[in-house]
Amino acid sequence: MSSENMTLKLKIWRQKDSFEAGKMVDYTITGVSPDMSFLEMIDVLNDDLIRKGDDPVAFDHDCREGICGMCSMFINGEAHGPNRGVTTCQLHMRSFNDGDTIYIEPWRSQGFPVIKDLMVDRGAFDRIIQAGGFISVNTSGRTLDANAIPIAKEDADTAFDAATCIGCGACVATCPNSSAMLFVGAKVSQFALLPQGHPERKERVVNMVKQMDEEGFGNCSNIGACEVQCPKNISIEVIARMNREYFGALVKPEN
Amino acid sequence: MKLDARIPEGPLDQKWTRYKNSVRLVNPANKRNIDVIIVGTGLAGASAAASLAEMGYRVKAFCFQDSPRRAHSIAAQGGINAAKNYMNDGDSVYRLFYDTIKGGDYRSREANVHRLAEVSTNIIDQCVAQGVPFARDYGGLLDNRSFGGTQVSRTFYAKGQTGQQLLLGAYSAMSRQIGKGNVKLYNRHEMLDLVIVNGKARGIIARNLVTGELERHSAHAVVLCTGGYGNVFFLSTNAMGSNVTAGWRAHRRGAFFANPCFTQIHPTCIPVSGDHQSKLTLMSESLRNDGRIWVPKFKEDAEAIRAKKLKPTDLPEDRRDYYLERRYPAFGNLVPRDVASRAAKERCDAGFGVNATGEAVYLDFSAAIMRYGRTEATVRGIHNASEDQIRELGEKLVEAKYGNLFQMYEQIVAENPYKTPMMIYPAVHYTMGGIWVDYELMTTIPGCYACGEANFSDHGANRLGASALMQGLADGYFVLPYTIGNYLADEIRTGAISTDTPEFAQAETAVRQRLEALLSANGSNPVDYYHRKLGKIMWDKCGMGRNAEGLKQAIQEIKALRAEFDKGIKVPGSMKGMNPELEKAARVQDFLELGELMCIDALTREESCGGHFREEFQTEDGEALRMDDTYNFVSSWKFTGDASNPALHKEALIYENIKVSQRSYK
Repeated sequence: MSSENMTLKLKIWRQKDSFEAGKMVDYTITGVSPDMSFLEMIDVLNDDLIRKGDDPVAFDHDCREGICGMCSMFINGEAHGPNRGVTTCQLHMRSFNDGDTIYIEPWRSQGFPVIKDLMVDRGAFDRIIQAGGFISVNTSGRTLDANAIPIAKEDADTAFDAATCIGCGACVATCPNSSAMLFVGAKVSQFALLPQGHPERKERVVNMVKQMDEEGFGNCSNIGACEVQCPKNISIEVIARMNREYFGALVKPEN
Repeated sequence: MKLDARIPEGPLDQKWTRYKNSVRLVNPANKRNIDVIIVGTGLAGASAAASLAEMGYRVKAFCFQDSPRRAHSIAAQGGINAAKNYMNDGDSVYRLFYDTIKGGDYRSREANVHRLAEVSTNIIDQCVAQGVPFARDYGGLLDNRSFGGTQVSRTFYAKGQTGQQLLLGAYSAMSRQIGKGNVKLYNRHEMLDLVIVNGKARGIIARNLVTGELERHSAHAVVLCTGGYGNVFFLSTNAMGSNVTAGWRAHRRGAFFANPCFTQIHPTCIPVSGDHQSKLTLMSESLRNDGRIWVPKFKEDAEAIRAKKLKPTDLPEDRRDYYLERRYPAFGNLVPRDVASRAAKERCDAGFGVNATGEAVYLDFSAAIMRYGRTEATVRGIHNASEDQIRELGEKLVEAKYGNLFQMYEQIVAENPYKTPMMIYPAVHYTMGGIWVDYELMTTIPGCYACGEANFSDHGANRLGASALMQGLADGYFVLPYTIGNYLADEIRTGAISTDTPEFAQAETAVRQRLEALLSANGSNPVDYYHRKLGKIMWDKCGMGRNAEGLKQAIQEIKALRAEFDKGIKVPGSMKGMNPELEKAARVQDFLELGELMCIDALTREESCGGHFREEFQTEDGEALRMDDTYNFVSSWKFTGDASNPALHKEALIYENIKVSQRSYK
């Protein structure tokens, strides 16, 4: 049980930019309330650092409600910290105890170079989507009526579950192989499960996987850490589905 | 200058069709030589970027986040309205139009709102074609639910993540165009000024947030899709980075700012927990479909609950006050947001609040859980189901509908909302005001457009739930792609626009000097210190209730705070490299000017309407009292060079199709 007014030791990765080497730096923070979010705790630390004339810790964050996918801290060796099904911004200090030491690091992967401190470049994910993570339909206002094609509720729901991926990169950060297959599999699955996605399903999976490989992400070896630490609880079934789609596309390339 | 909204002639339901049939076009060969800058990649920006690029324009898209998919549209929860009438409950384009005008308390333009209602159905078709996984029923067809201020079910949804799914659809469409080279993406870039050449918007100055360099970008038109300015209150449901800077810089360059005081305070947000609070979290309006809002009927019960001597679940029904159902029997818990927020404030101010600070009411799902549970038990043929069985079945159904919202609540508050009612309180959520635009979405600067929440156009003094997503996508997919051609048709002979001109140089120098001044102030307080102070002034004096005396005080306090900020701020680091504090400082500097304009606007508008509640102007029942004879206009403000002395221009609102009346949800 955490007390109302905690003192914590923080060990935080500090790195000036992409070019200089980084290191862990120790900080002590006092007066931490259990109702604070983890990022609010960092806000308090930064406030103090600025007042002292030090450089505040740079970190990515935006919505602070677990949906934008921007926050990305590796806390005590776990992507987004000790709780399951949440992002760093949804983690609250009540999950820690007075006197704890907390290690805070950026996502570590060849595909995610560090920009500064805890901030990394996840442009690789955008480039994978650009390679095929879409359905080719122009804006026209003349598409089919939305109810023209019924979609079985189960398929729609499964597609939705895959589509809830927030692109945060926790799967990559937590995987010993730095594999991005949970991310790619989620998008491939969403479209493979929907009839709208079928015309391009083969070239989509081939193109996305090709880009994934070019970005330097590793392969899946069925460890399963990604689905444990995924803040949206996306199942590794999406990787299995992606593999089926991929092999199907290789065996019979035309649609 | 006389404001001309350039609304097409003809009957209301023919205006948009006639406009489209007569608007000038740009041929495909010429489109390839025309550049368009789009700032912001939320629903409006991403959909506009995708659509314009598909049409053949060369698009440059800018966002300050690390990826365009992070834009705060992603956080929209409940749904998107469309007049499909799939539920056969009497909906139509006209009813959506009417509900939106009425919900906006008769302070929006008829022609714009009707167009929005017309294209609403195309949006759903387009999104489904893109693979957006909307909720479906067992027959495989799309499901709908109700939202506030309507008596039909026209809201399409994807659990509590509708904004996410719609944004990812638009992001995918834009990504496809990036992959083809038709859109060039500038992520981690922030627009810091608009460049005007010979009276036309010709480009922007942007800071590369990674290297810190200032960059010049030119285009034949600049489209601002930069969202709302709710973060002027410091605490809001907006993302931490949401800001007014792009819009405010355009305002300082000549774009009028309309109805800045029209802000939406959303009734169902998680209450403030302490001084460390950095933002507030919304609990979707869709929850009011099934949740019942109440406070204790007697003060002694409220006191006991606040002291944690009494549990809400132990309070019998006859000691509860379901105040929305009591005051507004026709709409009940689904009254519009402004009405629900004021009602919550009224009960809490009267001493019936239920948390330690006295600023919270209950949103209770127990009745819905039991109702759904009983239906499900019947469906499954369980005839002698026990209370516990029914509750369990009901909880499963509620989880299927709102699971992610309940999980979010539990994470923040550490209470299980299936077992005990949620505590909620109003919080700043959306801004109806914004950059003034005409029917074509063009600002008062030729060639500069504003779409989505960044403009003021469609929601009047109060936005209905599930209409923000509708407007963002309508503007980006279906309106701007037509209207921008009418301007760009004159640009086919312009050719590439050089950035090596005195206008670009002057704008870049001004930005550099401004940032250097922020860095060299060398005071002692971080940016947030001033931002919190500004937020408190705005919330206390320009929030849910406003009065002349408070607004006059607020104006003086903001002026003083601005002076204090300039000297007292401490921004570490330099222009070079990643410097989030410098980004924040520039944004807060703009909020400090906007805040004053909001108070001036609120002071000038001597009536109550929608979210603008002037305490001096209320009916005997405490409802908003409009002054239609004197204030039936859009307040559009011109920057004069002195933030404290803006010039007011009025655009009269003319109602030809709707009878303006006192809004009633009783």
